Amino acid sequence: MNETIAITAVKPRPRATKTAQPAPSGKTAVTLSEHIVEIISDSGEGAQRCGQSLGAIAARMGNGVWTVEIIPAEIRPPARSVAGGSGNRIRLGSGRVTNGGNETDLVIAFNEQVLLGRVRTGELKPDCTILLESMWRESKDPKIAASYVETHDQLVKAGYQVIEIPMERECRLIVADAKRGKNMFALGMLCNIYSFDLQLGRDQIARIFGKKDASVIESNVKLLNAGYDWAEKNLDFKYCIPATRSTEPQIVIDGNTALALGVLASGMEICAMYPITPATSVSHYLSSVFEKVGGIVHQAEDEIAACTFAIGASYAGKCAVTVTSGPGYSLKQEAIGLAVMGEIPLVVINVQRGGPSTGQPTKVEQGDMMTAIFGSHGDAPKVVIAPATIEDCFYSVITARKIAETFNMVVVVLSDTSLASSQQPFPRPQFSEAWLAPSIDQSEIPAGLKPYDWNPTTGLARRFIPGQPGGMHTLTGLAHDSLSHVAYDPESNESSIRARSHKLAALQRTLKTPPVFGDPKGDLLVIGWGSTKGAIEEAVTKLRAEGRKVSSLHLTFLQPMAPGIKEIMQRFKKVITIEGNWSDDPNDEIIDESNRRYSALAMLLRSRYLIDVDCWSEVRGQPIKPSTIQRVILEKLKQK
Amino acid sequence: MTIHATECLLRLHDQHYELEDYQSGVPRWCTGCGDNAILAAVQKLCRDEDLRPEKTMFVSGIGCSSRFPHYMKTYGFHGIHGRALPVAEGVKMSRPDLNVFVNTGDGDCCSIGAAHWIHAIRYNMNMTVMLHDNQIYGLTKKQASPTSPRGLKSNTTPRGAYLEGLNPLTVTLGVQNVSFVAQAVDWIPEVLYDIIRAAYHHKGLSFVRILQRCPEWLPDMFEPFMHDPMKTRLLTHEKGLKLSANLSKVYKNQEQHDPSDIHRAREIASDRDPIPVGILYHNPEVPVYEELRNAGQQRSTRYIKSGFESELDKFTVWPQGADKKVQPSA
Repeated sequence: MNETIAITAVKPRPRATKTAQPAPSGKTAVTLSEHIVEIISDSGEGAQRCGQSLGAIAARMGNGVWTVEIIPAEIRPPARSVAGGSGNRIRLGSGRVTNGGNETDLVIAFNEQVLLGRVRTGELKPDCTILLESMWRESKDPKIAASYVETHDQLVKAGYQVIEIPMERECRLIVADAKRGKNMFALGMLCNIYSFDLQLGRDQIARIFGKKDASVIESNVKLLNAGYDWAEKNLDFKYCIPATRSTEPQIVIDGNTALALGVLASGMEICAMYPITPATSVSHYLSSVFEKVGGIVHQAEDEIAACTFAIGASYAGKCAVTVTSGPGYSLKQEAIGLAVMGEIPLVVINVQRGGPSTGQPTKVEQGDMMTAIFGSHGDAPKVVIAPATIEDCFYSVITARKIAETFNMVVVVLSDTSLASSQQPFPRPQFSEAWLAPSIDQSEIPAGLKPYDWNPTTGLARRFIPGQPGGMHTLTGLAHDSLSHVAYDPESNESSIRARSHKLAALQRTLKTPPVFGDPKGDLLVIGWGSTKGAIEEAVTKLRAEGRKVSSLHLTFLQPMAPGIKEIMQRFKKVITIEGNWSDDPNDEIIDESNRRYSALAMLLRSRYLIDVDCWSEVRGQPIKPSTIQRVILEKLKQK
Repeated sequence: MTIHATECLLRLHDQHYELEDYQSGVPRWCTGCGDNAILAAVQKLCRDEDLRPEKTMFVSGIGCSSRFPHYMKTYGFHGIHGRALPVAEGVKMSRPDLNVFVNTGDGDCCSIGAAHWIHAIRYNMNMTVMLHDNQIYGLTKKQASPTSPRGLKSNTTPRGAYLEGLNPLTVTLGVQNVSFVAQAVDWIPEVLYDIIRAAYHHKGLSFVRILQRCPEWLPDMFEPFMHDPMKTRLLTHEKGLKLSANLSKVYKNQEQHDPSDIHRAREIASDRDPIPVGILYHNPEVPVYEELRNAGQQRSTRYIKSGFESELDKFTVWPQGADKKVQPSA
């Protein structure tokens, strides 16, 4: 399938003038503070591996890195299709990089169709440098050749700096199946372009192919070298992003791996799951490592079984975890209500994707906050925390397990697609024994103690665990009294609901007020949650440097909310949330204050604190860019 | 507070239990409900096997039969509709040391929880599953269930059920890894007890379908079978059920059936009249999921720490000069 170009989405700028003369030797590298690079190919051509490797090499160089996977929804989309592009986007920086940044500066594309997908979504800078596989120009299929030429010409006309590169031809000089080796050739080119130490590239190949035989490593290293040499000889530019190597060890992983490591480090032993994008890679990684430390990943027959299996495991032993995404999270609701009712500790990880229904499985959205807080019928109080960084993903699971077992509650960890597949270095965690769940208490229950001996103030009660002599009782999802006897009388029902509710208040009292980013008072406070933190803080930093009185606040605890938030909001003239979920635009014709639907967090803040919190949101399936946030903030500051 | 190991062992040897040790509350089932007979048989089993109440768990879903755990003085889990099996699986995976029983009804198991039923058989975890099959929804007041016979009039099928009833025995016997299938009837308590006992002793998932009377909604359903002993065919075998002399005198319709013969078991499973009662299939060799997964391991902090650190090593970028610590993943 070939589509012709329609570059109406981008507003081309005149082509930037750069040294066009080939200067094979003695090129001087242009120093940059940051750069965004993409590698994009058909699915299965290895662009993702190339990008991940580049990210790892950059991190080893000491650069700040944020990588984002570009994932098509299908496993094998048709070759050369606009929607089928697969790859990786890496933001490289001198200092720490906290988000994916704005538009892309440089792209390597294995064909012009997958590139079009990126052009049309407005992901590329107007004068972006494009390194394009040129083999299509000579394609035997006249339609392909024509499509390539047409696209190429229009991209050039639109202002992109297109450099055609015969990648496959060059690779064929080294390996028979050039289609499979091209990604390492591309990696070599990028190592050259960014002045990376080629030895780190070779080490990376050894790391990737370590399990395979030496000939595989050898041929990939040859491809890497060839790419590096080709770029050195033929490209007229070279960059250098000064790096400072960290003095402490850093780990480079994506958010889902961090969640899985968190499960491991929390001492939880059972994870029950059902495959669902984009959460599945948590269980992939766990499956490969968990059993080494005595854990079990159970792939259940469906989402409901996964949740109830985890509940059964939790009830009878240590807290267990189930991992899912939106549709699966919906399916688990009745079971989550059971865990709330029975006061069974449970950690539920929801890696949010676009919804409702099947929605956008591979795209980012923050659409599940309300479901997480209010999901399940009746009053079902549960704790909801949202990691904001890759590092948070790791620690949030440990925190979640601890809260779940301390308060006998369900704790929902709300990650999202953006965190799931983005990589960012963070300090290597120092293992602490305190992270681990205690061993299963099998001591005798003292006579007279009841299965739900709710503390009248906090609602807390000791959890009875099977095996404890004297603790025999039947847990039930029916309304029950403190003996766990089915009870429909008005007093029992109300007092048990009160007890379960007060546990949230008891937890809330222990929370610290989150820090304000920027001055503690000013014209505008931007509030966010989840994966938008890096982008919001970057935008705030830029605007503060320009003298704007804007600060931001990022909430990890969405339910309960930490104390002191109202007081923070009151110190600002205006408050706005920025979120990746739906809110009606007040400027739309049919929208007015009486029917406007606010973003989830804004709605919560408004109802909880009676403050006129505005919101801005987008649901474009892409991480929100710092430049977008800057624009939104400026507009909000301008409003009277 | 922990108990001394020797004290634990002493207790294990010393304890002997009476029926009262397993009885809790007054069952709220209707007079004449078959669930009462099942409860009596199970309490007797617990006593005869000296099952420690704190180490014994009854897991149920929703429905009349799922009230069962409330009447046992053991640990119980009365969960949500259709999900008794996955809850029980989680319990067993987390605590292989517990004796796990599941009480589920024909709506709970064969309708809303049907997916779990199929997979529970395949997992073959060591637990005893009792399907209380009264062929009607009782707690919600007389709706047709998947096992209701065709033509049965109910509140949702006032002109008679349109479809043939689902046969839980043939379904169960058709699933990979099936290891124990039996059928009992609530009105022959001696055989009911013997079957549940055999099921308890089987290592793996034992599935016992118990035809159970519902005096409230289907008072006549099993009348012909109760009055004519020839309408019950007892399956006997040296590897299966052995009948007492008294019982043999009453129930003359018998068949020698080798429970290792799955083909004959499937034929028998299809019979509805006379009702086959006994052990249809038994295969002690089928692997048990919790053992395949090495459930119940004791893990030391050091063990977890070393596993965790070696994982982190794979992803670590060491400060300059320390790069050699990073090994390619083995």
